[in-house]
Amino acid sequence: MTPPNASITVTVNGEPRALDAGITVGALLQSLDLAGKRLAVERNGEIVPRATHPHAVLVEGDRIEIVVAVGGG
Amino acid sequence: MNDQQLLRYSRHILLDPIGIEGQDRLLGSRALIVGAGGLGCPSALYLAAAGVGTLVIVDDDEVDMTNLQRQILHREQSVGRAKVDSARDALHDINPGTEVIALKQRLAGDALLEQVAAADVVLDCSDNFATRHAINRACVATRTPLVSGAAIRFDGQVAVFDSREPNAPCYHCLFPEGGESEEVRCAVMGVFAPLTGIIGTVQAAEALKILAQTGRTLAGRLLLLDALGMEWRSIALPRDPGCAVCGEGA
Repeated sequence: MTPPNASITVTVNGEPRALDAGITVGALLQSLDLAGKRLAVERNGEIVPRATHPHAVLVEGDRIEIVVAVGGG
Repeated sequence: MNDQQLLRYSRHILLDPIGIEGQDRLLGSRALIVGAGGLGCPSALYLAAAGVGTLVIVDDDEVDMTNLQRQILHREQSVGRAKVDSARDALHDINPGTEVIALKQRLAGDALLEQVAAADVVLDCSDNFATRHAINRACVATRTPLVSGAAIRFDGQVAVFDSREPNAPCYHCLFPEGGESEEVRCAVMGVFAPLTGIIGTVQAAEALKILAQTGRTLAGRLLLLDALGMEWRSIALPRDPGCAVCGEGA
């Protein structure tokens, strides 16, 4: 069992970050003030579907990239 | 194919994955290109040169001096002309065998749905998110494969959304509609000239493979380019089960 106040290390956009164990993709976006923005979240080389953000729990060593939509043409 | 066509397209016909059969498919196919700017110009050049039978090019804009840095179908003497007319003339000079239908308008609603339904492949070369989502909805509704490209500054994104395939993701699975981020236009952000050529020609390659029914497309993947460091990344792109456009709840 992971104690409730334990932290995990996750790489976000190339930078290691200490996050609360059990944090979800959705909570991470909220903490970064990115909720509702035009972007996608990539975890370990795969886009995390938006419907699963609220219950996709991050684990130690995850590599997260925030992919911002490009619209120009 | 007549003798002239056999000669003209011989370097495609020599390729086993294309051959006479694939080239015949290109000659008999119809592609819709939305946007005759940085991405639409190189895409259209390669589709016309490769012999795609009919190209429908849509854009409501006129050629501006600031476009010439990257929009390689347009010439200095075309400044002020409709982009689609300038594009049609340039493409005709390269391959009169390709019929170019030039539509100077912002396609929406039923007119958009009609053009998408008539196309064998759609290339999204547009410059705004509202159009991108409208094209996506029309492609999902008509099960028309969509080759989506985007470029700004030194960043490029390209993907294929092929709603003919079961469980295929769509553009809306990737990026939500009406998100808060502001429109990022070339006019304010700048764009590296050959970036639009790189992304636009990847779009042309994917469209030609879809039309010739050959190879493995980018379906289910998003390709990202950082042209300043010249790094490509390929990301897996699954369908969002909650997608409002193509998901179970749609």
